[in-house]
Amino acid sequence: MERIPILKLKNFLIISIQTDIHDMIIKILQEDILNKIIETHARGVLIDVSALDIMDSFMARTLRDSAIMAGLIGAKVVVTGIQPAVAITLIELGLKMNQVYTANNLDHGFEILNELITEEDFKNKL
Amino acid sequence: MMQTVTIQDEGDIVEARRVVRDFAKEMGFGIVDQTKIATATSELARNIFRYAGKGLVELQDVLSPHGMRAIFSDEGPGIENVSLAMQEGFTTTQGSLGLGLPGTQRLVDEMKIESTPGKGTKVIIFKKMP
Repeated sequence: MERIPILKLKNFLIISIQTDIHDMIIKILQEDILNKIIETHARGVLIDVSALDIMDSFMARTLRDSAIMAGLIGAKVVVTGIQPAVAITLIELGLKMNQVYTANNLDHGFEILNELITEEDFKNKL
Repeated sequence: MMQTVTIQDEGDIVEARRVVRDFAKEMGFGIVDQTKIATATSELARNIFRYAGKGLVELQDVLSPHGMRAIFSDEGPGIENVSLAMQEGFTTTQGSLGLGLPGTQRLVDEMKIESTPGKGTKVIIFKKMP
């Protein structure tokens, strides 16, 4: 079965979804992300979807759930690069992604992750 | 112009949305409409795969009123109560994966459902050319 690669860079995991994929592969990715967070002690995950020209309810929901699940095991997730046409379609479809951090590109996503982690460290010190 | 896609495995859902996007693009729809039609297709093709196992998507370039029609047909269990299925939040599946038919309807200009329990379902969507 085809798998989407997960790269590790310092404290972070980076995933780029490059092509339109079917349901099974995104489900496997969800599990792979969670396992990799535990294995590498990653504190943040960047998922770039800028190459995707379609995101239906299943894919969007799986991504959103992945972000929430990652949060439960202690990692922050930022989804980057949602295309405008995809954003319009998701909202009309009725899917809410408001529990998920988003950014328009990887650079910005990286900044958000750093801020979230700094904030968390600060809280933990108090 | 006419085209068909057979739905019988999960990969066909991906194939259906790709074919539909190309068809819409070829017809001259803009990027947002292409995305909406392809997404509606994905939702309906997944319903076919999940509930009926297999079925067919048929695409038509309609001249008057100018637009694109897609017909999703299957010989699955059918929908008992179509108006109930069209209600927001309705689902027959525990932990349902989609947003149901109302979400899909919002992406197109017209959606019609014909269903006979035990015989199958036909969903027809239409997107007007702006």
